[in-house]
Amino acid sequence: MDDALIAVALLLVAATATAAVATRDPVHQALVLSLLGVALALLFTVLQAPDVALSQLAVGSALTPLLLLLSVRKVWRRRQRQGRTE
Amino acid sequence: MSRRVRLWILSAGGTGLAVLLVVACFQLPGFGGDQHPYGDRAVRESLARRTANTVASVNFDQRAFDTLGEMTILFSAVLGTVVLLRQTRDEHRAKPAPAQVAVPVRRYALVTLPVALLTGLYVIAHGQLSPGGGFQGGVVAATALHLLYLGADYRALEWIRPVGLYEVGDALSASAYLVLGLAGVLAGTAFLANTLLSYGTFNTLSSGGAVPLLNAAIGMEVACAAVVLLARFLDQAVEIEESGKTGKTGKSGE
Repeated sequence: MDDALIAVALLLVAATATAAVATRDPVHQALVLSLLGVALALLFTVLQAPDVALSQLAVGSALTPLLLLLSVRKVWRRRQRQGRTE
Repeated sequence: MSRRVRLWILSAGGTGLAVLLVVACFQLPGFGGDQHPYGDRAVRESLARRTANTVASVNFDQRAFDTLGEMTILFSAVLGTVVLLRQTRDEHRAKPAPAQVAVPVRRYALVTLPVALLTGLYVIAHGQLSPGGGFQGGVVAATALHLLYLGADYRALEWIRPVGLYEVGDALSASAYLVLGLAGVLAGTAFLANTLLSYGTFNTLSSGGAVPLLNAAIGMEVACAAVVLLARFLDQAVEIEESGKTGKTGKSGE
């Protein structure tokens, strides 16, 4: 039972991590990254490391994608302005 | 140094590291076993000091000095962000206009905000008893505040989040950790040694000696640091604009 759970969690992590690498658009990538965070948190919980799972959930699924999205927005705004002034 | 010599040095170092790692792997305890030399010792020490969460005992008692290093990393990272993302001379602030928020989004954000904030504070306060602690709870509490940006708008967020205060809080809590460590030196033991306070009753909020205090200091430090970090990113994404020669063009605030 434990092994099955660990295998499922590992497969989920592998799938979401591959998806995160394969996604090219940064906005979509931020969302996939947060899914990867959830998958990793699940894996850590199954491996009985709830402390690490909580950190992963808070930083990997919430904070990092948020910082990414904010950076993308800043870059977009700059490009928009440049498009307008040219 | 020529390119070839550098490649040689790199491959020598890489091979050495790989060999050491492979040899170390053979000495590891089996995957998923219930016996672990380090784990057993850590649990014994943590129970001796009446700390229910062994991870908290490792972080804030047995390896409190490591945590000081981690806190310093976060502190200097945030300091670097503040310096890099400051408003430069050729930039100006454009007040973002109030935005229309879809009613379901607003309702969801405003219902979730207090729950998430309370969860964060709970996780900080119970770090020495249950999974979690200052770091995890601090990040949760800090991100919870930003639900107000989703539910209302940027100005509402700025109103409940005076960045100056959080910067002061960040510095104060980082110093609190240091002072708690120095207290040990002044009392004649060692830096960050958990010997000053009584260990209390097992599995209560105040058990574990200095662990709850160090945990609270880290909680405050991480929460303030995350708020300051997000505030700088938000400033750049929403408010600060480059002053082009054409003057004000974009009012693309939220």
